[in-house]
Order: sequence, then structure tokens, then C-alpha cells
Amino acid sequence: MSDKAVITGSIRRRLTFRLLLSSALLAGLLFVIVLNFAEKVAQVSQDNILDASVTSILESATVLDGEISIDIPYAAMAMLGNVSDDRVFYRVTVDGAHLTGYEDLPRSALQANERGRSYDTVDFLGESVRMATASRLLARGQRPIHVTVSVAQTRGGAQETLQEIWRNAVYLGIGFFAVAGALAVAVAQSAIDPLERLAASVSRRGPQDLRPVVAEVPREMAPLVEALNRLIGRLQITLTRSEDFMAEAAHRVRTPLATVRAQAEIALNRMDKPENRASLNDMIHALDESSRAAGQLLDHAMVTFRTDQLEHVPLRPSDLIAETVRRLQPVAGLKDIAITVVAPTDLRVTGDPILIQNALGNLLDNAVKYSPAESDIAVDMWAEDGACHIQVSDQGAGFPKGAGKRLTRRFARGSNSQGTVGSGLGLTIADEVAQAHGGRLELEQNPEGVGACVSLVLPLS
Amino acid sequence: MRFLLIEDNAKLASAVTERLTLDGHVVDHGPDIASGKDFIATTEYDLILLDIMLPDGDGRDFLEEQRRLQDETPVIVLTARSEVSDRVTVLDLGADDYLTKPFDFSELEARCRAVLRRRGGSGTNQRHIGNLTFDPQAGTLKVGDRTTTLRAKELRLLELFLGAQDQILSKAKLVDRLFSYEEEVSENAIEVYVGRLRKHLDGSPVSIVTVRGLGYRLQVE
Repeated sequence: MSDKAVITGSIRRRLTFRLLLSSALLAGLLFVIVLNFAEKVAQVSQDNILDASVTSILESATVLDGEISIDIPYAAMAMLGNVSDDRVFYRVTVDGAHLTGYEDLPRSALQANERGRSYDTVDFLGESVRMATASRLLARGQRPIHVTVSVAQTRGGAQETLQEIWRNAVYLGIGFFAVAGALAVAVAQSAIDPLERLAASVSRRGPQDLRPVVAEVPREMAPLVEALNRLIGRLQITLTRSEDFMAEAAHRVRTPLATVRAQAEIALNRMDKPENRASLNDMIHALDESSRAAGQLLDHAMVTFRTDQLEHVPLRPSDLIAETVRRLQPVAGLKDIAITVVAPTDLRVTGDPILIQNALGNLLDNAVKYSPAESDIAVDMWAEDGACHIQVSDQGAGFPKGAGKRLTRRFARGSNSQGTVGSGLGLTIADEVAQAHGGRLELEQNPEGVGACVSLVLPLS
Repeated sequence: MRFLLIEDNAKLASAVTERLTLDGHVVDHGPDIASGKDFIATTEYDLILLDIMLPDGDGRDFLEEQRRLQDETPVIVLTARSEVSDRVTVLDLGADDYLTKPFDFSELEARCRAVLRRRGGSGTNQRHIGNLTFDPQAGTLKVGDRTTTLRAKELRLLELFLGAQDQILSKAKLVDRLFSYEEEVSENAIEVYVGRLRKHLDGSPVSIVTVRGLGYRLQVE
């Protein structure tokens, strides 16, 4: 089973991307609006000047002795010249007939507006010009005459101004985009924050921590937390059930076996016939085999179960060794076996005390089982390369040649182990406990003569 | 000795009772916690053998309550559960030892003896000589940071030597004190035990010297 999640994109990236896209659109829109507005303002200001020029020329039109007289004021052209270096054209017509100025200047296509003005953008002499046109009624004798004045100006100055504004609008757009982008990243982060806090508070938990999650989360995340808590609840129930099941199974299997064994031993005591005694002994031996196997299988299941949710407690291995030796001492005493322990008390490891003690128990139990009567068992502990070595050596038959690591496999037993009750799980359990703690189990022949020598190597804390 | 056996499996209980009675002990059997409490209220026991899964409750709760009530009667728990099954071991609850079912009678007896021996002394019987600590109750000999769990005979032998410091003990006397009449042992066996004891005493200020022709003497530097 892989505990890697299937990752499809990232909320933060998606959110950032979308917000950035929106800010880009907004920046573009802002740019277009500013440019449009600026264009209009530039147009209106040029129109106003043209208008003023037209008006001042019209004002100067008078009827003198029945003749139209127009004295183009200097100001009429100067006000245009002030604005830029643009060229200026004008034309005066009287009742549609050309009077003065550029005759080729196009006629206004537009209707005069309500003030009697019209504005056009036309092409003249290969250039785009803006032209204002206005007319006035003058009375010549009895007949009114229309005097129409058009003033046009090339649009270079306006274009320049527009370009300036365009540049500024670009800067404005980019600036807006930059600020909005930064805000987008910040917003995406703040939206992700509660999610990250929750993830951190869940992943920070120890393996044994099956309390419900109580982190404060926004309303939108409540269903997720509730679902998580329901899952944790179910997991806890399942774990408790399997623990209970293993304990119950052990009880159901072992109690009747205990009865049978006890009765068999009683019967053995009452029996005199050698062949009956032999069969009873065989029976007891078989019972021991099966109960040992059942016990070790359940132990193995429990060890696997516990290594999945390993506890990390600071431990003094010398205490665990002393406790294990003390427990096995009566059994060792039955075979008159002496156990010598050399364990410095200043070494520390981190781990599950019950598991490590179980591993040590299995090693020492093996040593006692496979040792001849009146032999010695040595338990030595030392620190080497950042690891705590706990070595159990006995004076038994040792491991068969070339057996090596094979013996740590499930149900593997040495070829020389006949006659000794065993399940083939003791070393497997010790090996699994060592590996769960980041250590290892080493099997070798006792370097000082006969016997086996097993080392439990655990990292020092 | 008087045992109280609290065990709901009648057949197992009768087998245990029969075996312990055969060895000259007196055994009262209660099939549940309630009857166990009745027995304790009326009689004083040397040792209680306690099952864990009982019809009217958990043996561990009973054990905890006994210890809370300052009842220090030694308790050996007979359990079908292994030590890995429980987050809190029965030893943490105040049991003196435990035995996993099914068990060997000889192991049961050995454990009873070990518990009673440990409980027998007040714990102040430890002898300190230099870097040597001898604890006859626990049966351990500590020299520096080396702790040895002595064999029964080695333990007796060391006790004899320490009790007769600077006296010469003859091999014949030692054979007499260490072995029963039924055991046929040569005086050479004593040499084996003395040899082993010397190895255990190695590095301590205590040594066993041979006095030629007479026997052995314990010497403290």
C-alpha cells in the first residue's frame, strides 16, 4: 500500500493563477479606459482651441460698405501655435463661395451642432487634421449672408500627448497588475493557511495519538475535519477490537492447553510404567510445542501491531536487561545456568519498552533453552558507532554453519534444534523489533568457544 | 506453605492444587474474585496465584485493589495474555511475577521459590565489600558493572564463605553443607563450584584461597 496522495494541481497555484488572470484582465481594462478617456480629453481640448480660433475669426467678420471684411486676428492663429508646432489651415467662405484661405480644405461633412459648430477629423495634404467649422449670419443690405469659417490643425501635438498618456497608462496597468498580483499571492496563502495548519496539526501527531482533531478551522473545512474525526474514531475502534481479539484468542487457546498440560503432568507423576511415562512425556512435549507456537504467533501479531504504531520513550537498556534477566532467572536456575550481565548504566535508547523487553526476552529465552545444564550465559552491552549493542552469548550448540540470517525468517529453525521446544518465531520477533527501532539483529557463533551469540543493535539516543 | 489459587478453570485449578498439595503445600481455591476476597479476609496466605480473566472481573483490578489496601501478600499472575498484549504490565500493577499459560509445574515452583526468597529478606541483607555487592535474596553478585545471577549452589557456597570469613572450610564440610545425603558427590565437585565462584569474584577485593591439605579460606584484601 502506498501512502502517497494522488496530486492533481495545487489549490494555492490554481487560486494564484486565477487571481493573477483576473488582475491582468482588470489591468488591461483599466489601460483601455484610461487611454480612451485621455483621447477624449485631448480631442476636446484641441476642439476648444480650434473653436476659440474660429469664433475670433468669425467675430472679426464685418460688412463694410456692402463688402465682407475679415481681419484675421493675430491671436486666432497664435493661440493654436502656442499649443504645439502643428500646422494650421483656415478657410473662409461666404454663402458657399471661397473667400480666403485654403480652398482645398475639405468641407465639413457634419451638420453644425446646436451651437452652430461642427468638428471633423479629415485628411488634408496627406495628414490627418482636426477641423472646426462655424458660420455666422451677417446682414449685407437687405439680404443675410452666411459667413463660414473653418480652422484646421494637424494632430501631431495631440498625438504626442496621447503617446505620453499611453505610456503612462501602460505603467499604470503594469503597476496595477503588480500590486494585484502580490495581493493575489497573499490572498491565496491566507486562504490556504487554515488548511496547512490543519495538515500540520494532524501530521505532527504521534502514532498513538487517536484523539479527535480539535484545530480551529473555517466553516468550509468543518466537514473535512468531521470526516477525519469519524475516520479516527473508526480506526480506534478497529485497533481496540483487534487488540482485544488477540488477547481473547490467546486466552481461549492457552487456558485449555494449560489444563491439559497440568493434567498430563499429574498423570505422569502417578505413572510407573516406563512406556506410559514416555508417551506422556511426548504428549507434554507436543503440548509445549503447540502452546509455544500459539503464543509466539500471537506475540508476533502483537509485535507487528505495535511496531505499526511505535511508542518512543527514552529508555535505559541496562534496566530492561536487569528486568529480563530477573524474570528468566528461576527458569535458568532449573538448569543451573548462571547469567552474567555487563551493562553500563549510562547508555540510553528511545523506543517501546515492552517490545524491546520482548525481544530481549526471546534472545535470553533461546539462550536458556539451547544451553546445556550448568553452563554460563553472558549478556554484554556496549556503545559502538552510535549504536547500543546488546549481546547474548551462550554455550549451547550454536547456529548450524551457514544458517545466518535465514534463522530470522518466520518459522525457520536451526537444523540442530530438534528436541528443544520452539516455534521458529523468537528471532523473527527480535529482528522485527530491532528493525522497527532502526536497528538490526546480528547472529554469529560465540567467539569464545562454542555456542551462539546474538546481538541486538539499537541506535543510541 | 499456604497458597491461595484464584482461577476459574476448575480442571486447571484442581491439577495445580493436586500438584502443590503433593509437594506439601496447603492450597485454597477460589473460582472468582469474590471468593478470593472471602478467603483473604479470613486467612493469611504466603502466596497468591491469580488468574487474569475471571468471571466476575479482571484479576488486575483485584491486584491493584489489594496493593492499594496495603496488602503486600506476594502475587504471581497466571495469564493467558502475553506481556506484549498489555500496555501496562502486571508487574507495574504490583505483581511479583507472572507465568504464561500453559506452564511447567517446575517453573511454577521455581518462580514461587524465587518470589518467596526475594520477599523473605527485608532487602537490607545486601553485603558490600569494596566494589562487590552480594544480594542473597535476589541471588545476584555484582562486581563493578558486572552482575552475575548465581547458581543455587554457588549462592549457598558464597553465603557459607562470607559467614565464616577468615576461617578455613574443609572440602568435606562444604560437601556436607551443600549437598543432601541422597546426593552422591565427590569432593572434586566442590572444586568445580569454587572454581566458578572464583571466576565470578574476579576483579573484586574478595578471593577464595586454597589452603593446601586443609580446604579453602575467604580472604578480603
